[in-house]
Amino acid sequence: MMNRSLTRRLTAGLVPAVPYLWLGVLFLVPFLIVLKISLSDPAVAQPPYKPVFEWNDIAGFFSALDFENFALLAEDDLYFRATLSSVRIAAVSTLLLLLVGFPIAYGMARAPERYRPLLVAAIILPFWTSFLIRIYAWVAILKPEGLLTQALMGIGLISEPLDILNTETAVYIGIVYAYLPFMVLPLYATLEKMDDTLLEAALDLGSTPWRSFWTITVPLAMPGIIAGSLLCFIPAVGEFVIPDLLGGSETLMIGRQLWSEFFSNRDWPLASAVAILLLIILVVPIVIYRDVEARRVEARP
Amino acid sequence: MRRSFAPWATPDAKPLIRFENVTKRFGESTAVDHLSLDIFEGEFFCLLGPSGCGKTTLMRMLAGFETPTEGTITLGSQNLAGVPPYRRPVNMMFQSYALFPHMSVEKNIAFGLKQDGMPKDQIADRVGEMLRLVQLEKLARRYPSQLSGGQRQRVALARALAKKPKVLLLDEPLGALDKKLREETQFELMDIQHDLHMTFVVVTHDQEEAMTMADRIAVMDHGRIVQVATPGEIYEQPKTRFIAEFVGDVNIIEGHVQGQENGLWRVKTSSAAVPLTIDDPDEVLHSGQPVAIAVRPEKMVIQRDPPGPGAINVLTGEVWDIGYLGDWTVYRVKLATGEILRVTRANASRFVENPIEWDEQVYVTFAPDAAVILAE
Repeated sequence: MMNRSLTRRLTAGLVPAVPYLWLGVLFLVPFLIVLKISLSDPAVAQPPYKPVFEWNDIAGFFSALDFENFALLAEDDLYFRATLSSVRIAAVSTLLLLLVGFPIAYGMARAPERYRPLLVAAIILPFWTSFLIRIYAWVAILKPEGLLTQALMGIGLISEPLDILNTETAVYIGIVYAYLPFMVLPLYATLEKMDDTLLEAALDLGSTPWRSFWTITVPLAMPGIIAGSLLCFIPAVGEFVIPDLLGGSETLMIGRQLWSEFFSNRDWPLASAVAILLLIILVVPIVIYRDVEARRVEARP
Repeated sequence: MRRSFAPWATPDAKPLIRFENVTKRFGESTAVDHLSLDIFEGEFFCLLGPSGCGKTTLMRMLAGFETPTEGTITLGSQNLAGVPPYRRPVNMMFQSYALFPHMSVEKNIAFGLKQDGMPKDQIADRVGEMLRLVQLEKLARRYPSQLSGGQRQRVALARALAKKPKVLLLDEPLGALDKKLREETQFELMDIQHDLHMTFVVVTHDQEEAMTMADRIAVMDHGRIVQVATPGEIYEQPKTRFIAEFVGDVNIIEGHVQGQENGLWRVKTSSAAVPLTIDDPDEVLHSGQPVAIAVRPEKMVIQRDPPGPGAINVLTGEVWDIGYLGDWTVYRVKLATGEILRVTRANASRFVENPIEWDEQVYVTFAPDAAVILAE
């Protein structure tokens, strides 16, 4: 009896600790390491930065840390432009994803119930192929002598090869394609739960189908719209592979900047500073989301 | 006032709603089958029937959510074919209430008025009026999730009434309420309908609800209307055995017509030694025809002492069950044939000396005009 209550108390204490432990080991500690590196100076050494932490000289270690790298980020407007361009590309992509994803999710939610699991499976199906391979496939499709040009020239729509690859348009196509499931699934989840009689009630009260869509469907799908948008926007800001493969050298994104600082220049401290900057940028939408969510819950307990 | 209201009995009265030979099929199954029906302005009309009888489909066709496969529906002088739900002067109160969860009570009520482009101050006035009507002034800013079932029902009613529709459709309006609240709300609905001079069409499977509220009831079965009449007529002169059994409780005694004497039918049954005497002059019957005699439980008398020698319609049996309901006592009497009769008696006094007990031999009698003959 005693034993059991002890076990139970122990479990009760341990269960909430699991997420903290996970986040602590796999997020907080690495974050602190990155933060520390961002405050260091580059060095031709192994690891390529100094100071290196040593127990016998803690005071010296801390005094060697400074904000030089962040000052550099502020001075060189390359990083500012890259950030701005990343946020813009991510925002436009999210909007495009909403435009493409909403009709798909709506159609899925309206499909006969027995087909819905199949449709959800179809949305998830692309994950069975490597992300990288799928993006490379887009290179083959979009390149000037690629499939898209061939097809359009074949039906006589265009006479000149399309010059899409290595443009921002190609990046949008890539992001919309790769991130679509993350937009469709949360949208589908909210739309599927929606009570159809609400739309009937709106029609009955004199609202046209189009108006009912805006006054009933969209507001009720808002949790899904917000969740889907954030699930797409946040990783899109830091996206590296898609702009690198499809965007060419012209497309400026913070993720690529980070990569080149890290691998081309081997400037770990500056790369870490960029990583921290990216994190700070992404905290903003997350806080907004939490705020919106909190107010929504407050209004309707 | 209500008594004298009977436009259906006036030959030249023009109906507000007219179903003409309407059929609705869903694939193979027929929900509504060649149905014709007139509903008059100011009527409180009930569509009554078991689930799956087509009553909801009939209402949804009126609202515009379903299109008839055949036949026409007219409202006033307008043929409703091809008119979408948002252009019909008809509003509906949904069974699930279908309140918009993201809008407050007042926004819900204002929704339909906004669609009409009514000026803001007029909307506010009308919403206030509706809130007073359903006594929800204090809850105007609440959200549906913060309301009780009864309050939600009132919001749904106020929202459907706000646009002053020509016809208000109510789909099982009281189905989700508990018994006490349901009874109160029945009378409230009647008052509101009377005060607003509006035409109400109610779909219900609850015969008590229909009996209490309706001016006329249409009893439906398998996509057809079996009888359209006032609640009194439906109860006292049911046309078929289905109606007699569906509306209220009834005892059915089967037999064969023996003949007519002094305008009274004599029916031979295995339940009674002497043929039963029934006063139902409207029926046209012939000798030997199989019929069912329907007698309501409250129109039967149960007694311990044998009735006098001249008594008619006497059945004997023993008390099988006694159910005390407070206002009524229900006796289940088993006849020699094994049939069980249901007899009710009003508990007019608080104490009864030497009451009828279980297993006692009893006599059940009924007057000739208490019964109805239903041709099989």
